[in-house]
Amino acid sequence: MIEVQGLTKRYGEKLAVSELSFTVRPGIVTGFLGPNGSGKSTTMRMIVGLDQPSEGSVLINGQRYRDFRAPLCEVGALLEARSVHTGRSAYNHLLALAQTHGIPRRRVSDVIELAGLAGVARKRAGGFSLGMGQRLGIAAALLGDPGTLILDEPVNGLDPEGIRWIRTLLQDLAAQGRTVLVSSHLMSEMALTAEHLVVIGQGRLIADMSVADFVAGASENVVHVRSPRAPELRDLLLSADVTIRADGVDVLEVSGLPSARIGDVAAAAGIPLHELTPRQASLEEAFMALTHDAVEYHGGSASTLPHQPGDGAAQAVGGAHLETHGAGARS
Amino acid sequence: MTTLTGVGPGRGELTAKAGYGVTQRRVLLSEWTKLRSLRSTLFSLLAAIVFVVALGILISWAQASHWDQASQIDRLTFDPTNTSLSGVFLAQLAIGVLGVLMFSGEYGTGMIRATITAVPHRLPVLWAKSIVFAVVTFVLMTVSSFVAFFGGQAMLSSKHIETTLGHSGVLTAVVGGGLYLTVVALLGVALGALVRSTAGGIAILFGVLLILPLIVNFLPSSWYDNIDPYLPSSAGQAVFAVVRDSSSMAPWTGFALFCGYAAVLLAAAAVVLRRRDA
Ligand SMILES: Nc1ncnc2c1ncn2[C@@H]1O[C@H](COP(=O)(O)OP(=O)(O)OP(=O)(O)O)[C@@H](O)[C@H]1O
Ligand SMILES: [Mg+2]
Repeated sequence: MIEVQGLTKRYGEKLAVSELSFTVRPGIVTGFLGPNGSGKSTTMRMIVGLDQPSEGSVLINGQRYRDFRAPLCEVGALLEARSVHTGRSAYNHLLALAQTHGIPRRRVSDVIELAGLAGVARKRAGGFSLGMGQRLGIAAALLGDPGTLILDEPVNGLDPEGIRWIRTLLQDLAAQGRTVLVSSHLMSEMALTAEHLVVIGQGRLIADMSVADFVAGASENVVHVRSPRAPELRDLLLSADVTIRADGVDVLEVSGLPSARIGDVAAAAGIPLHELTPRQASLEEAFMALTHDAVEYHGGSASTLPHQPGDGAAQAVGGAHLETHGAGARS
Repeated sequence: MTTLTGVGPGRGELTAKAGYGVTQRRVLLSEWTKLRSLRSTLFSLLAAIVFVVALGILISWAQASHWDQASQIDRLTFDPTNTSLSGVFLAQLAIGVLGVLMFSGEYGTGMIRATITAVPHRLPVLWAKSIVFAVVTFVLMTVSSFVAFFGGQAMLSSKHIETTLGHSGVLTAVVGGGLYLTVVALLGVALGALVRSTAGGIAILFGVLLILPLIVNFLPSSWYDNIDPYLPSSAGQAVFAVVRDSSSMAPWTGFALFCGYAAVLLAAAAVVLRRRDA
C-alpha cells in the first residue's frame, strides 16, 4: 500500500507536482498515467526518497521509505533514467546492491536468471541495449523480493516479447498480493496490464478510477454520420448536451446522442443518411481528451468522462464540472 | 516462469527473520565490491603505484648522476628521503582523480540513484566510500613509498648520499608519503560528493593542491611566508619532508592541519549529501 498525501514538489519556480494525493492498493497493478512532463517520474522519485517533497508525504505500508531497515526488501524501484555504472558488469552491479542488505549471492543469480540476463551478466552494463538495460533495472528492483514495486515506464525500449514479459510479470507480482505502480504514456498498454488508474496532468490529479470505468467512459457514443445535407442535419441535432464536429462537407461526428435518435430526426426531416455508425473512441483518444482538459482548465477541472453513478470505485477528482455531473448520483 | 521465491507480500517480519537490512559494515562491503569491479579504478591505482616507485627511483638516480656538478647550496639542502619520494607528487593526480570519481562517477552514470535507494540514509555511503578508498590508498601507497625509498637510496648510495630509516624523521617521512596520499584521496571523495561533476571536482582539487601554491608564490615575500605554510599542499607535504626550511610546519602539525581541511570538506559533503535531491 502506497499512500501519497498532499505531495508537492517545486524546482525553483517550476511546480512539478502539486498537492497530489492518491492511494495504491496491493493485489492489483495500478497504472500511473500522464502526458510528458506531468510529474510521474518526479512523484516516483519522491516515493523512494531520492527527491525531498516540498510539501506532503508518502507512506509505504505506513512507513516513510527512509525509515525502512531493509528498503530493497520493501520497495523495488525501476527509475526512468538508467541507474547503473556503465563500467561495471550486471552481476557486480547487483551484487553491490545486494551486499548493502546482506542479501546472498544466490538471490543475485536468481534475479539475473529471472530477468533473462544470464548470457550477459558478466558484461559491462555500459554496452547494454536499451531493453537489456531495462531488464537489469527490473532485476535490481526484484533483488530484495519486495512487497511494493514502482516502475517508471518499464516497457520503454522493450521489444514485443519483452513487453509481454513485463505485462505477465507485473500481473503475477500483483496476484501474489504485492503493490504494483507502473507509469506509462500509453493508455492502451495500461488497459491490458493495469486494473486501476491514477491519471495526472501538470502535476495534479485528474482521475483515480478503475480501468473498467475508464474503458466504459471511453466508449461513450460518438456517432459518425454521413449525409449530403449534413449542415441541415447539424442544425436539427444541436442542443445543449450535444456536441457536433463537422468533418469535411458531408460528415458529422456527433456525441451526446444515440444513433437511433439521430436516425429518427433525419427521417422525420426527410434527410437522407449515407452512413450512421456508432463509434467507440479509442482509449488513446479518451486519454488525450482527459488530460487535454486538465491542461485547458489549468485548475485541474475534472474529466469529461461521465461519472459512473453508484460505482464507488470511480472517483474523478477536481473541479466544478464534475461536481455538477456527479451531484445527482451522490444525493 | 522462474518463481520469485516463496515469500509472499507484507514481508516486514520475513526480512527481519532473514536478517536482511542495511548496516554500515554491509555498506562497506558493497563499496569494496564497487571499487574492485571497475577496471578504470584498478588501472588508476596501478598508475599511482608506478608513479611513486618508478619516479622516485628515477629522480634519485638522476640526482646521483648529477651530484658532482651540484652547487654547494644544493648539496646542503639535499633531502635524500624526499627525493626518493618525488613520485608522490605525480601519484596524487591519479589518487585525487579516483577519489573524485568515487561519487562523481556515480552521479555521472546515474548509479547514485541505485545506491541511495538501497541506502536512503545516505551517510553510510559517504563513510563507506571514504573508509574503503582511504584504506586501499594507504596500504598501496605506503608500500609503494617504502619500495621507492629503498630503491631511491640504492641509487643514491653510489655517491654515498643515501640515508636510512634509522635517521631522525626518515621513517615518519616514508610513512608520510602514504598518509599524504590517503588524505588527498579523502579530499577527492568529499569534493566529488560536493560538486558531483568529475571535471569540477578535479579542477577544484588540483586548483587547490597545485595552482594555489604557484599563485601564492607571486605574492610579496612577507605575505608568502605567512600564507604558504598553511596552504593544504604545504601543510600536507610537510609530513614527508625531512630537511625543511624555517617557515614550514613541523611534520605532524602540518599533517594535522591537512587532515583538518579534509575533515571540514567531508562534513560539508555529509550535509550536502543528506539535504540535496539525488
Ligand atoms: N530536477 C529537476 N529540476 C527542474 N525541473 C525538473 C526536475 N525534474 C523534473 N522537472 C520538471 O518537472 C516536470 C515534471 O517532470 P517529470 O519528469 O516528473 O514528468 P513525467 O511525467 O515523468 O514526464 P515523462 O512522461 O516525459 O517522463 C517537468 O516540467 C520537468 O521539466
Ligand atoms: Mg517520466
